[in-house]
Amino acid sequence: MVAITDDLPLAPRRFSLGSAIRRNPTIAIGAVLLIVLIAIAVVGPYFVGNPLKIAPVNRLRPPSERWWFGTDQFGRDVFARTIYGSRVSLIVGLSVAAISSALGLILGLACGYFRRLDGFVMRIMDGVMAIPSILLAIALITLTRPGLGIVIVAIVIPEVPRVVRVVRAIVLSIRSQPYIESAIAGGTRNAKLLLRHVLPNTLAPLIVQSTYVCASAMLIEAGLSFLGAGVPPEIPSWGNIIAQGRTFFQIAPWTILIPGAFLATTVLAVNLLGDGLRDRLDPRLARRL
Amino acid sequence: MTALLEVRDLCTQFSTLDGVVRAVDGVSFDVARGETLGIVGESGCGKSVTALSILRLIPPETGRIASGSIHFEGNDLATLGEREMKRLRGHRISMIFQEPMTSLNPVLTVGTQIAENVVRHLDVSWKQARERAREMLDLVRIADSRRRIDEYPHQLSGGMRQRVMIAMALSCDPQVLIADEPTTALDVTIQAQILDLMLELKEKTGTAIVLITHDLGVVAETAERVVVMYAGRKVEEAPVDALFERPLHPYTRGLMAAIPRLDVDAESDGRRPRLQEIPGLVPRLTQPIVGCAFASRCGLATDRCRTTAPPVVDAGGGHTVACWEARP
Amino acid sequence: MSVLEVSDLVKHFPIYGGLLQRQVGAVRAVDCVSFTIARGETLGLVGESGCGKSTIGKTVLKLMEPTSGKIVLGGTDITALKPAAMWPHRKRIQTIFQDPYSSMNPRLSAGTIVGEPLENFGIAKGRERDERVARLFERVGLRPDAMRKYAHEFSGGQRQRLGIAKALSVSPDVIVADEPVSALDVSVQAQVLNLLIDLQEELGLAYLFISHDLAVMRHISHRIAVMYLGRIVELTDKRTLFSTPLHPYTEALLSAATAPDPKRRRKRRATVQGDVPSPANPPPGCHFHTRCPYAKAECKVTSPPLREVAPGHHVACLLR
Repeated sequence: MVAITDDLPLAPRRFSLGSAIRRNPTIAIGAVLLIVLIAIAVVGPYFVGNPLKIAPVNRLRPPSERWWFGTDQFGRDVFARTIYGSRVSLIVGLSVAAISSALGLILGLACGYFRRLDGFVMRIMDGVMAIPSILLAIALITLTRPGLGIVIVAIVIPEVPRVVRVVRAIVLSIRSQPYIESAIAGGTRNAKLLLRHVLPNTLAPLIVQSTYVCASAMLIEAGLSFLGAGVPPEIPSWGNIIAQGRTFFQIAPWTILIPGAFLATTVLAVNLLGDGLRDRLDPRLARRL
Repeated sequence: MTALLEVRDLCTQFSTLDGVVRAVDGVSFDVARGETLGIVGESGCGKSVTALSILRLIPPETGRIASGSIHFEGNDLATLGEREMKRLRGHRISMIFQEPMTSLNPVLTVGTQIAENVVRHLDVSWKQARERAREMLDLVRIADSRRRIDEYPHQLSGGMRQRVMIAMALSCDPQVLIADEPTTALDVTIQAQILDLMLELKEKTGTAIVLITHDLGVVAETAERVVVMYAGRKVEEAPVDALFERPLHPYTRGLMAAIPRLDVDAESDGRRPRLQEIPGLVPRLTQPIVGCAFASRCGLATDRCRTTAPPVVDAGGGHTVACWEARP
Repeated sequence: MSVLEVSDLVKHFPIYGGLLQRQVGAVRAVDCVSFTIARGETLGLVGESGCGKSTIGKTVLKLMEPTSGKIVLGGTDITALKPAAMWPHRKRIQTIFQDPYSSMNPRLSAGTIVGEPLENFGIAKGRERDERVARLFERVGLRPDAMRKYAHEFSGGQRQRLGIAKALSVSPDVIVADEPVSALDVSVQAQVLNLLIDLQEELGLAYLFISHDLAVMRHISHRIAVMYLGRIVELTDKRTLFSTPLHPYTEALLSAATAPDPKRRRKRRATVQGDVPSPANPPPGCHFHTRCPYAKAECKVTSPPLREVAPGHHVACLLR
């Protein structure tokens, strides 16, 4: 018999919140900001007034104790509208990220793993990628009724190919790893190989990619709403608040600056989280992107 | 005769998330003019960090020379300013690495890279520097140097790239050439060519060589004196013949017994002999090591070994060893 | 009786080029290689980088499809088997990889990695699998309670032990070991080599041992095949190879190798000059003639066959 030769070299490090924050300040800042914004979006609307209530007497009031963020040209409370607007942004951002990641993961895995599918699917993806999302959204909305769902669909379609490309590239690099050959030699068959060896190793970079998708979806939604091709005007979103305030920008800049600041903060939070996760999960990806 | 390069009590440390790593922990040695000194040890023993410390190439974000001195031509390299250091590197002291491809710039021709080094350090024209580059390529036996001088690194084979690195390192007639695993990435037949070349050039130019390697065979065949390192410390130093004939430190003995031998016909009965194993693992360098660093893996270790670090003692004939139990 | 028979194995990698990505040539990684390995025997494949030794390993494991030739594993011709048909035969031929760092899925625990083949082949699962894995851990010198740890928590030598445990789990007849100790430090290398020899003597395993290191080769092999640019140039038992090498390339390899003995330094000579030619465009005739100190005119045109010059001693050289 062989003697038990040696102790294992590394003792597992105990987890502490303090050191985790010190090590990954960007993740911590991004996550805290995002959690606060989600909390505002979820519970905020129950505490603020009606965002649609028109009060011409009080129009274009500057921020004060009564109207924290002032009022717009119809006398609507910008604070209430901004809080309600955060729902739209976050719903769009998160659902686009989730849907396009899920679709992209399935297609990317298939392309990277089953090489016969690859050429065919990737050419379609290249085609889809060539459609500008703003034009696609305008076209879709003119064909149907404007609404949150259609905005999400319009943004998902051009985002999917980007995710597919990322996942496919990761799958291709995983496939050439010795541990895949080792698993095949050990008798692991296709389905298990995909689920146990390939899939888990694609998730970390996919999560990182999905934060970028989320941030860009929120910006595109704001852009679409600003152009009037996004969510219908009766639903306040940061994009259409800014759009409606732009004519009065010089006398009531708060109608634009405040929702704009919220939009910027949300996108920043998501991007910080994404950058932090990228550095944490996959330092090699950081250099590639 | 005084030494050309004097390293005294060198300590180089890196700060990592797990704590301070004492990569080099109080190492001293001399390099005489024109000699070949081998520094040998396993991965993580601090041999490469020692080399990088001499050239002051420790990344300043994480590492630093914590104490000790490195005397060379009247300067202390441990504290010398970066500008003076730049003037020395590639001129008075130069270095070659394991993987020549990563140390050569892929978008410049090899001739340009050698000539740039010459122009940086010597007062010559570009034309003279190019001529020097061609002479150097001839010197390292690159056939057809007139054509090769205008080729890019990727057009050369691994062995030729290492020759180019040597040509560049020697282009300003340095006093010391530090070679960090120069043949590890090369095939056996190419390794033999490069080792022969280095020895031949040493005779020709009188450059002292510090050869850093994990390979006892390479050390035995090229070095005149050998320093054995373990866990950041020097455990033994001796002339090469003495070291291989009469290793004193239990670690050195263990290493020699652990390598499969090509030159000894051991198995007359057809059975394969067992190699001697060194049990256990190298200690972690993040905690200060009390006593002898090898004590936990050493069959001879006593309580004294575990509590007090052994001093480096002279065993005669230039043979020194850091061990309480070593008997000459 | 041989457990693995390889005859006339050829593996070409196509080279694509031009605007239309047509095949413009081929790297002849393995060029008509034949050998057999008996139960309990180690056949060493030695050669420099690019000589095709690793490609042979991957081809006999059917991780790569051979271009032509025949691979017979324990009486079954596996040459043309499709993945599904090959699957049951994988139990009989296992592998140990060079790089213990990249050959383990970083997201799985050590116990899962080692026990995976047991599950795959339906040999054991659940508690029985865990018990078997624990026994394998002990057998290769690891603590069974290390099963829950992840690959990165092990040292290089320990990971190589994990790889060995995994290969052993399905009780194979043949193990292809591709440079299993070249990433390890000397003291750890000794531990792994000793373990491999113990296991072979205990279980009657056959090893196809691939390495560039002649000293390691001499230690572990019974017979050694020397490869150069895709061909076996010399194949014989270990003692004959080291005492009376016949091929000039074997001679060159032996004289170029370093040994931990300063007295030998004056004997070593780099007898061959120049670099290994590209396997995409090997020299005609004997591949070695461009570097061979004895080469004659006929070596440049005639490709020497591997002939048996003495019982069990095969050489591919026109001059011997």
